[in-house]
Amino acid sequence: MFYFMEKIYLDYAATTPVDPRVLKAMLPYFSKKFGNTMSLHSFGQEAKAALEESREIIANFIGAKPKEIIFTGSATESNNTALKGVAFANKNKGNHIIISSIEHDCVLESARWLESQGFEITKLPVDKYGLINPLDVKKAIKPETILVSIIHASNEIGTVQDSVAIGKVCREKGVYFHTDASQSFGKIPIDVNKMNIDLLTASSHKIYGPKGAALLFVRDGVKIFPILHGGGHESGLRSSTINMPAIIGFAAAAKIAQKEMTKDAKRETKLRDKLIKDILKIPGTHLNGPPQKRLPNNVNIWFDFIEGESIIIQLDLLGVAASTGSACSSAKLEPSHVLLALGLKPEQAHGSLRLSIGRWTKESEINYVLKVLPGIIKNLRKISPFKKSYKF
Amino acid sequence: MLYSKEVMKHFKTPQNVGRIKNPDALGKVGNLTCGDVMYLYLKIAKNKAGKEIIKDIKFETFGCTVAIANTSLLTTMIRGKTLEEAMKVTKDDLVKKFGNVPLIKVHCSLLAVDALAEAVYDYYIKQKRPIPAELQKRHEKAEKIGKEIGHRHGGLVELEEELHKK
Repeated sequence: MFYFMEKIYLDYAATTPVDPRVLKAMLPYFSKKFGNTMSLHSFGQEAKAALEESREIIANFIGAKPKEIIFTGSATESNNTALKGVAFANKNKGNHIIISSIEHDCVLESARWLESQGFEITKLPVDKYGLINPLDVKKAIKPETILVSIIHASNEIGTVQDSVAIGKVCREKGVYFHTDASQSFGKIPIDVNKMNIDLLTASSHKIYGPKGAALLFVRDGVKIFPILHGGGHESGLRSSTINMPAIIGFAAAAKIAQKEMTKDAKRETKLRDKLIKDILKIPGTHLNGPPQKRLPNNVNIWFDFIEGESIIIQLDLLGVAASTGSACSSAKLEPSHVLLALGLKPEQAHGSLRLSIGRWTKESEINYVLKVLPGIIKNLRKISPFKKSYKF
Repeated sequence: MLYSKEVMKHFKTPQNVGRIKNPDALGKVGNLTCGDVMYLYLKIAKNKAGKEIIKDIKFETFGCTVAIANTSLLTTMIRGKTLEEAMKVTKDDLVKKFGNVPLIKVHCSLLAVDALAEAVYDYYIKQKRPIPAELQKRHEKAEKIGKEIGHRHGGLVELEEELHKK
């Protein structure tokens, strides 16, 4: 591959490199087609036309109308807008919001803040695979419920929710359904109509587009307030000068994903299953998340008796980039709330490892990881006081 | 690189890893926030001047890069030293040796010196010696955290003890 000559990148769920085709599409928008979409002259109108074309490409990808796509600066911003914007715009209807216990921090923290503002939050539990039972959603909805926000696919454990069933429940009850599709958009099919989705978050940098562009799909008729007030961009829902190069890149990335998603997913699933199967051969090793209903590119494993951050650093020394849900790797020194929600104990979450595959992951790279990983685990277990129960 | 050369040196090739059979002293500590656990094993002997020295030392750590590196560093600093000298090593000494340690990882250094204090406490108890007030205080704190960690670790510690006895 053109990017990683020596090192092996298995952290595509964190971020992805920009696809060269995307970069090529973006380049004219830095210095040549640099206009402000709000300007009346030809520079501005050229940018405006490209913006609307991008909107159409992305809308078409998820079965939305172009005017239902609001471009934002990040998935965090989209999720903040979805939760806070819907909450305050529907205050007269009710103050109850339902989320899951495995949401991304930006949804959790937005909900926590809304709680401090007088809203009531219900956090739905998940089963041992991280799956939400749509019946639980149904039971949790009350007359005061205004929004259900449930992550489509988990960024940590890759669990893909039954959004069709969840969406159906929400539609029947007349409650808005928002889903954070940051990890699933561009990787598995999404149809906002089939899934009865009212609001959806997706991000550019997870699908080989640049950082700094994301979207919020807002179904026509959904009552929502903006968070950023100003010049009235994006139908008044997100004022800010349009970040043209990033949005052009986002649309280009989505276009490629639409064309290559099925092929990519098939290839990635094969590599994923090989990784899972072979890593689980190491004694004292367990899979986090479901074996099947997971993203094609996500592997999450926990190892008995060792800590994940030290696994990451060992892998890094050998040129492999990965991630962990260990407390030691978090800024709060707390284990991953997603792993704890599965029922894992803190010391089990301590030993977790996430490997996420991408467009340019080669089988030889997977083989290399499978070759070096058992040695790393063995060495760290040698250092751990908890090992007597395992013979190596 | 996230960590300094010195941290990586001890992490890549940790010194004095393992167990001592029938140790003269064993210190076990844990950190409540992150969940790390350290075991420190000592063999004590007397030097020519009749002072007690750390003749052999080994450690086991369930924890991150910096936790492992800290325990390794501490063992190299106090091996062969008298108990008195060893007890003078502070968390700041460890942090200083490592040069650049992220602020969030400073507690790992404290954990290492606490493990030593616990080992010395264990030794004094076995020797039926009076416990200095400060050491007693440190022990009580470590014991309390240890109990909570053991509880939180869902019997991991106890399970290991059981298997050890067999």
